[in-house]
Amino acid sequence: MKPAAFAYAKARSLDHAIELLGGAPAEARVLAGGQSLIATLNMRLSSPDLLVDINAVPGLDGIAVKDGMLEVGALVRHAQAERSDLVAKHAPLIAMALPHIGHLAIRNRGTIGGSIAFADPAAELPACLLALGGEVSIAGPDGCRSVAAEQFFRGLFETALSPRDVLTAIRVPLAERDGRFGFAEFSRRHGDYAMVGLAAQARAEDGGLRAVRLVYFGVGATPVRARNAEADLARSDLAAAIGALARDLDPPDDLQATGAVKIHLAGVLLERVAQQLTGRERRPA
Amino acid sequence: MQESNKASGLSPLDRPNSYIGRSVPRPNLARLLAGRGQFVSDVVLPRMVHVCFVRSPHAHALIRAIDTAAAGRAPGVVAVVTGAELANVCTPWVGVLTHLKGLKSAPQHAVAVAKACWQGEAVAAVVAKTRALAEDAAELVGVEYEPLAPVADAETALDPGTPVIHAELGDNLAFERGLDAGEVDQAFRDADAVVEATFVFGRHTGVTLEPRAIVADWNPGEARLTIYQGTQAPHMMQNIFAKHLGLDEHQVRVLCKDVGGSFGIKVHVYADEMATAALSKLLKRPVKFVADRIESFVSDIHARDHRVKACIAVKNDGRITAFEIDDLTGIGPYSVYPRTSGIEANQIVNLVGGPYACPNYRARTRVVFQNKNVMCQYRAVGHPIAAAVTEGLVELAARKIGMDVLELRKRNLVADDAYPCASASGLKFEKLSHHASLDKLIALMDYESLRREQESLRRRRIFRGLGFAAFIEVTNPSAAFYGVGGARISSQDGALVRLDATGAIICHSGVTEQGQGTEAVLAQVVATAMGVSIERVRIVTGDTDNTPYGGGTWASRAAGIGGEAAWQAGKALRANVLAVAASILQAEAGKLDIRNGLVVDADTGRERIELHEVARIAYFRPDTLPPGFQAELMAVRHYVPRAYPFAFTNGVQASWLEVDPATGFVKLIRHFVVEDCGTIINPQLVDEQIRGGVVQGIGAALFEHCVYDAQGQLLNGNMADYLVPMAAEMPDIDVAHVETPTADSELGAKGAGEAGTAGAPGAVLNAVNDALAPLGAAPITEMPITPGVVLAALGKV
Amino acid sequence: MTAHTQVRLTVNGEEVFESVEARKTLVEFLREDLGLTGSHVGCEHGVCGACTLLLDGAIVRGCLLLAVQCDGCRIDTIEGVADSGTIADLQQAFAARNALQCGFCTPGMLLTAAQLLEEVGVPSREKIRARLSGNYCRCTGYHAIVDAVEAVARARANIPPQQGEGRIAEGDPGRGR
Repeated sequence: MKPAAFAYAKARSLDHAIELLGGAPAEARVLAGGQSLIATLNMRLSSPDLLVDINAVPGLDGIAVKDGMLEVGALVRHAQAERSDLVAKHAPLIAMALPHIGHLAIRNRGTIGGSIAFADPAAELPACLLALGGEVSIAGPDGCRSVAAEQFFRGLFETALSPRDVLTAIRVPLAERDGRFGFAEFSRRHGDYAMVGLAAQARAEDGGLRAVRLVYFGVGATPVRARNAEADLARSDLAAAIGALARDLDPPDDLQATGAVKIHLAGVLLERVAQQLTGRERRPA
Repeated sequence: MQESNKASGLSPLDRPNSYIGRSVPRPNLARLLAGRGQFVSDVVLPRMVHVCFVRSPHAHALIRAIDTAAAGRAPGVVAVVTGAELANVCTPWVGVLTHLKGLKSAPQHAVAVAKACWQGEAVAAVVAKTRALAEDAAELVGVEYEPLAPVADAETALDPGTPVIHAELGDNLAFERGLDAGEVDQAFRDADAVVEATFVFGRHTGVTLEPRAIVADWNPGEARLTIYQGTQAPHMMQNIFAKHLGLDEHQVRVLCKDVGGSFGIKVHVYADEMATAALSKLLKRPVKFVADRIESFVSDIHARDHRVKACIAVKNDGRITAFEIDDLTGIGPYSVYPRTSGIEANQIVNLVGGPYACPNYRARTRVVFQNKNVMCQYRAVGHPIAAAVTEGLVELAARKIGMDVLELRKRNLVADDAYPCASASGLKFEKLSHHASLDKLIALMDYESLRREQESLRRRRIFRGLGFAAFIEVTNPSAAFYGVGGARISSQDGALVRLDATGAIICHSGVTEQGQGTEAVLAQVVATAMGVSIERVRIVTGDTDNTPYGGGTWASRAAGIGGEAAWQAGKALRANVLAVAASILQAEAGKLDIRNGLVVDADTGRERIELHEVARIAYFRPDTLPPGFQAELMAVRHYVPRAYPFAFTNGVQASWLEVDPATGFVKLIRHFVVEDCGTIINPQLVDEQIRGGVVQGIGAALFEHCVYDAQGQLLNGNMADYLVPMAAEMPDIDVAHVETPTADSELGAKGAGEAGTAGAPGAVLNAVNDALAPLGAAPITEMPITPGVVLAALGKV
Repeated sequence: MTAHTQVRLTVNGEEVFESVEARKTLVEFLREDLGLTGSHVGCEHGVCGACTLLLDGAIVRGCLLLAVQCDGCRIDTIEGVADSGTIADLQQAFAARNALQCGFCTPGMLLTAAQLLEEVGVPSREKIRARLSGNYCRCTGYHAIVDAVEAVARARANIPPQQGEGRIAEGDPGRGR
């Protein structure tokens, strides 16, 4: 499968990238890691007229603590984030998720920004961003803005990004001392997209949990917060939380599992992640 | 092993410096390890162009019109050709064999004419300077389809209301066969226990890492067609290209280079490959076709789409008294050419119950056409299904009468001293080793210890399972497989062996290499026969211009048949060389031998003359040889098995795994195989064939499934959605052997390439059911066994 | 025809300056424009690993990179790495254990394994399997490949080889000890 023809331009700066994106008469796409984009181009599922390569845009590949948040530049490669002490310390949930993303060859090129912007419903990082209550930094023709994760993921492969925007970074609150994190997913083979997965954050309090955020992925068009289950878990009622998933989630059947199987597995994930959150994990996710 | 080498008093296995039974490294490894292999997808010829096919998006549709004008004007396009136009260059074919009585199929064209019968069938060909440009132009081809209702369910394919795909055939029944041996009804009436189960096997495919690739080069100046193709059977393809392109066979040369995996996928005739050759003839220049992965999934043959209703009758003392099966398989709209899509079902009828001494057996199979991709032989053809059904029934029966699964087998497997004998289905067995193999397996896996571990883990609510599958396996086929049915597929094979002017040995063989180690095995045989170091042997295969007429590699025949031909040719050359040496030395040929590249006195080992010196004299100084003596430093021999239609092998496998009842996930811990393929020429290569075959079988058991919807659309035709086994989920695989040589050849080697795939799915299925047994799960009798299947069996979804 | 772009990159230590169509993937560029056919194409969607090669020293999928993106980069393919001799022990271990049959996955498998072996420590068999899980092999069933990688890891760490694990071909220094 060979891509349909397109023009190619290498952006020298963020402004240049935005200018290139806006300049095309028809469709232009941002090329960052390309691990999803080029596959879709190869299969002719997408035929843009122009690719704007942002890999040389300076300032987008840093990982730093800024204003009480951890900022991870859009061009940070998954493998780079995996090796980062800052990510391990300040965003342990993301550190737990990263090894599940594809295989090393993919992680050497795939970017944090690309994963968030592509918003595959079975991807790990969008769920982590939502679980952490993070935000997305976007640069566009009208300037820069920040969009909370809750407002960012809108539909199937649909985000708050407009065709002329460039996602520049994600920002997540720094992990607190009482912060607890849990991550687990089920996939048929190592490195596959998840059949269903769970990214979770909570705060430890008096032997229990508060501010529980349970975000499932692989269960719908976007990551889904299981709010009823969250409330039950905050009351330390795991059984009720598992039962609540049938109300919180309505996963469609797909090629890997039926909706009923996904709901069942979501319950098993909750059991395992709950143990991680309460520090009583008995086996790795 | 029959004849000793009378001159030296040694048998073939006792030759000095014999390579038989040694794990010698393959000669072709160095280039493959350096990325310097030459695969067909690497071939580039001057003025070569590329073809891309417009493929039907509909499973069943009339082709009303094809507008090629815009595509023809696209940049870089050389030609846009429809099926009707190509039919003037390439005649259609029909995939039937006379010995499959009643098998019928409609003519199939290189590119569809008038009707598209499966989603993915080629309806037009676009030829351009690059594949990318051809794909661009293909988007501009306008095809006007009139969709028809598709036949997408084998269960209803024969219903009166279902459309008939090919009206001229009358119905959608391709083939039907029944068999009734012994007194089946009586046996079921008298049984103490009867188990019935419906086994469902998911359609799947080979997924060779190098997709199908062909470069066809018609040179009008020479009136010759040269084909570079990853085919397993170059002479068969030579015949077919010639026949359908209006050429004489000798006008066609088929060349096989390195092949990136085949497993039977590349032994069949594909419409798009025939089209590529026809296009080259039409355009008078080389044309290359490399199937991309997406089109591979809708055009490589699929296999194993079966629903088998099966019953077993047993007595309380463990005697199996009857097997009965009713098989339904949904193939594609055509029976594949020339081996037919009836063979897999025919094999299943032949093979069910095979390892057991049970005279009562009834079977029926129906093969029906569907509007899905075509189906045909893929590694272990039919055996995985027959073994899974047989062994699934055996373990269910054992559970029903409260007998240990191995005890039940021991009471029913054909005794090791009961040969020769025949199965209830008429298969003739020369000599198998079911009991010796089972005993060896029990020791290899430390069976008792695993059962104890299983028991102890069950008390901790960890559920592991042990499952077994005994199997028989067809190898070294005679003409009974295809020739008797009228196919021009050679069951004999030939080897030409010659001594070159420097004393090296070159062997030209009709069998082929796709990575299993054919070249190594042939070199070992020739080096042993000739008494030379293996470094002095070169093997030539995969070239119809330069090898004896042969069958190629399939049905595990390369070592047993190709190897025997090479052995006989090697012995004949050795005799010829010793005749020359004798005449040079004025000695008796019968008192000489060749050892380590030297002609020696057989009884003392005294070195008399070097091989390269014999060659020098014969080639350059024949004037010094006695008058009337002519040196013949070349020999050709052929071989075909005659005593038995097939050289059956046997084996038994065990799967040790763990099931997580919470998630339905299966974790494979270890896999064990004991297999008997007769004389083993290269133990390492045999073991590696078995391991690779086991993993393919595991793929079928747990992961692989071509999923179609009710409209005949393949839903998961890509590498992300179609799950092939990858390293992290696969177990270590222990292999051991029993060796029962066949007397039908001097080497005594049977085949080994498919045994791993034959037994693995059944072993895994049985192991999963064994793991779930304490949980009261419903027995699972479908594959692939996905987490959803396990959860459903446990009543959790 | 679409516009072509000039790229300058280093391939196996050699400077390359070519004009290439934007849509041409890196692996196609290497195979067709430079004749380096050792990197293979198996799926064109990044799953099978047959196109694995090195970009600035890290393993990547050649089918998910455009040649034009690689301006200024260093590419190493199996041919260059093999010629350099740096994976000779790994190649020898593969040969000794017949950890390849058709050879189509082998370049990608070798480069992926080589990258793992550069990391500190002797990986467990489980870790080797996990790290190779992005490289599809249809022929071997993976067992011999894991054996080969494990053997090299142990040898490089000066740990004596395991006894009785699988068959080793004749002529291999690891045999018979």
